[in-house]
Amino acid sequence: MRYLPLTQDNRTAMLGVIGAATIDDLFVDVPAEARLSGPIAGLPLHASEMAVERHMGALAGQNLSAGAAPFFLGAGAYRHHIPASVDHLIQRGEFLTAYTPYQPEIAQGTLQVLFEFQTQVARLFGVEIANASMYDGSTACWEAVAMAGRVTKRSRAVLCRGLHPHYAATVATMAKFTGDTIDYRTPKLEAETDTAGVIAAIDDQTSCVVVQYPDILGRIPDLAAIAEAAHAKGALLVAVVTEPVALGLLEAPGNLGADIVVGEGQSIGVGLQFGGPYLGLFGCREKFVRQMPGRLCGETVDAEGKRGFVLTLSTREQHIRREKATSNICTNAGLCALAFSVHMTLLGGTGLAKLARVNHARAQQAAQRLAQVPGVSVLNTAYFNEFTVVLPRDARDVVRELAERKILGGVSLGRLYPAAGELANGLLVTATETTTAEDIEALATALEGVLA
Amino acid sequence: MTAPNTAGWRPEMGPAQHPDHEDAPRLTHSGDRALMLEEALIFELGRFDATGVDIDEPELEPMSALSGFLRQAAPALPGLTEPETVRHYTRLSRQNYAIDLGPFPLGSCTMKHNPRLNEKVARMAGFADIHPLQPVSTVQGGLKVINELAHWLITLTGMQGVAMTPKAGAHGELCGVLCIKAAITARGEDRTVMLVPESAHGTNPATAAFAGFSIENIPATAEGRVDFAALTARLGPDVAGVMITNPNTCGLFERDMKAISDAVHAAGGYVYCDGANFNAIVGKVRPGDLGIDAMHINLHKTFSTPHGGGGPGSGPVVLSKALCPYGPIPFTELFEDGHLTLVEEETAATRQPHSFGRMAAFHGQMGMFTRALTYILSHGADGLRQVAEDAVLNANYVLRSLDDVLDAPFGAAGPCMHEALFNDDNLPDGFSTLDIAKGLIDEGFHPMTVYFPLVVHGAMLIEPTETESKAGLDRFIGSMRSLASRAKAGDTSLKSAPHFAPRRRLDETQAARRPVLAWRGDSGE
Repeated sequence: MRYLPLTQDNRTAMLGVIGAATIDDLFVDVPAEARLSGPIAGLPLHASEMAVERHMGALAGQNLSAGAAPFFLGAGAYRHHIPASVDHLIQRGEFLTAYTPYQPEIAQGTLQVLFEFQTQVARLFGVEIANASMYDGSTACWEAVAMAGRVTKRSRAVLCRGLHPHYAATVATMAKFTGDTIDYRTPKLEAETDTAGVIAAIDDQTSCVVVQYPDILGRIPDLAAIAEAAHAKGALLVAVVTEPVALGLLEAPGNLGADIVVGEGQSIGVGLQFGGPYLGLFGCREKFVRQMPGRLCGETVDAEGKRGFVLTLSTREQHIRREKATSNICTNAGLCALAFSVHMTLLGGTGLAKLARVNHARAQQAAQRLAQVPGVSVLNTAYFNEFTVVLPRDARDVVRELAERKILGGVSLGRLYPAAGELANGLLVTATETTTAEDIEALATALEGVLA
Repeated sequence: MTAPNTAGWRPEMGPAQHPDHEDAPRLTHSGDRALMLEEALIFELGRFDATGVDIDEPELEPMSALSGFLRQAAPALPGLTEPETVRHYTRLSRQNYAIDLGPFPLGSCTMKHNPRLNEKVARMAGFADIHPLQPVSTVQGGLKVINELAHWLITLTGMQGVAMTPKAGAHGELCGVLCIKAAITARGEDRTVMLVPESAHGTNPATAAFAGFSIENIPATAEGRVDFAALTARLGPDVAGVMITNPNTCGLFERDMKAISDAVHAAGGYVYCDGANFNAIVGKVRPGDLGIDAMHINLHKTFSTPHGGGGPGSGPVVLSKALCPYGPIPFTELFEDGHLTLVEEETAATRQPHSFGRMAAFHGQMGMFTRALTYILSHGADGLRQVAEDAVLNANYVLRSLDDVLDAPFGAAGPCMHEALFNDDNLPDGFSTLDIAKGLIDEGFHPMTVYFPLVVHGAMLIEPTETESKAGLDRFIGSMRSLASRAKAGDTSLKSAPHFAPRRRLDETQAARRPVLAWRGDSGE
């Protein structure tokens, strides 16, 4: 077995040192009736590297990968070009095979990366501080709602209609068990977000308003107006960013009044990977730092006065506070945070701004071309790289028919909102820098065929 | 034991031979010392106008409808070209200890070798470059990976089903606890207490509290196991269940596990098992045979997906027949003709009507599933059993090679499982567990888990894992014995260790008192 270094001679010698006759003497505490006498029946035995690679390669080959087809999906997971050096650097064993940096003297590499990552996220979001990452955007969103409850000592959260339905469902699941009240309704197929509706839902018991920016239909909500209304009632504004590339073009939520900004960092440096692992981003105003969930890396000095970094403020965390912790989180998404940070370092603010403009331009080209398809209309007044088109029939069927033509044509609203019949004809279409003019033409032509 | 390294300097040789003294200059002009490289922050190295990515010119101006939303200034993020970027992160990487460099015997963390085939497979385009919301007809291979891994996890644990979506161990704990809460609610009962042994991981009480339970601690016996009598005495109509780690955090198998499960079930409760230590028993015993109702499996521990400096993890939860109906969506469903579908929002009402809901966006940590399945297929049923046996053998070898110089509080009672536990009783006055840990850093090892479990004073929890060779263990044991004897000899240089790491002991008090969590050097603050 290629991964097990002990030889039979080693095992015999070691049992001798221990004073045990057989390996089973070391399992005496397992009740005899529950002990298995040999390998579990019905499962395959060990296999060579070549055989395993062949098996897994065959499974991979049964998937239509995004790079092998005109591809227009988004809805919280975005396909971007990742520079080759990103994946090379995250595969360095010193990063890949290290643990959480609990021994800072021999983990300064990871810790400095986390400090740089926190600074990058804070600046991107326009807030003062950010943590060292969470599991993903949806769980970061729930953690933000929980944190707003701790800060305001209130338990009613208003979720905007344009919040990703998986995020809303995640929040609703948690709220069922914590007793928080969640005000959430599915979106309407309208060109503009429902700013007045969100503002009207805020009352004196509201802990926070959660607004996605851009929203699930690709629309851009008026964060500043909602922030003002929330603050007037003593509530916090939580902004949710599922496509951080957008912030190369759009104003940062923190600069528009958001108190907590969370997001999905997958777009920068982390591939699609069928939905995970992704990267939860979490930033907020500095005054809330002691109510933040998750790990934080801070600057300090060592015994010789040299600058160094440590995990800090751990008195908020589960391994110290146990049932009084701000969150039960233990693992974050360290390696994905590294990938994000490397990619962001390669881009720089200038590169990010340019990348965002290219994304937006490709989306405009896609929207203009799709609008020419008979029976198809573009819903949005404004959008970044994702927009909603309205089709003459159920978009779920259209997406399936496009897939039969080897075109991954978007995300149907029916898949996201199966109970909302009025949304069924909606299709979310995303274009990024990876989308070519040929891809757009292929989608438009196929759509003309499917809808004819 | 291996011979001491006569070529290198060791603190017990005294300061005269320290390379910082006598014939070696203390400082260099650059601040670097040969392969000991210092590295500035990107904010000090980068330029706001620099980028390491060549991007096409945008073909169109932003649409006019966006005019009110445009960013006033590009984010103040410095950029670096590719050579500068590669150098920055490569230099930083050299300040990290990692499994690839040597043993990483962190108890309870299972830092085993991460096979590189796993990385190669996870990067196949058919896995790495598929979108979670593609039509299921275009991702049958991805769904098969989930389904195949689920089958292994269910079979290895002897359970009824598995929830694959939790994103880490603590998220899996939450999944299991929410299943318990949903099951109790479905029975029309209101049980509000979760029993948690004092030796539990901190995530256990934090998770149960998050789900709205009140926590009551169950004491440990003198031999480091759950106090069965105290636990059964506390059971009653207000108790929802118990969260037990098995093997437990003292490195011992809970012999009474089946009796505990039976008692909890008889009292109307459920048994949650923290599966962080599954590596010790995989292929040797099935938790389902011990009456467990829910157990998370850290794929990043037992099944070797990389820890990555703190994640991402993955924490599927195996469930008993009693809890399966309450598990989260989405999950895969296999049809007779071999095709798979996803049970998600559209069909949940009919396929999983009692589900407690969704725990996160999309379908789980696919990138970890491909790695874990690759690892499992490499080992097979026979190899996984060998994993547990070698992990337990290595831990007992460490236990018996050190228990004459360090106090093993439960060592007399019998063998340990996959981790060896010591306390600070044998250390002389003035020396602590922390000093041994920091001394190990100078010896070229990552320290063991220290001060956990909390039930043992000055705990040192050593988990070698099965991927350490005997020669590697002997080197580690030699260093541990040397550190114990230096402490016994009153060698105060141990108190200021580490001496040879990229940094000396860091001031954690200052870090917490005046938190500096982001770089502000360019804003005059």
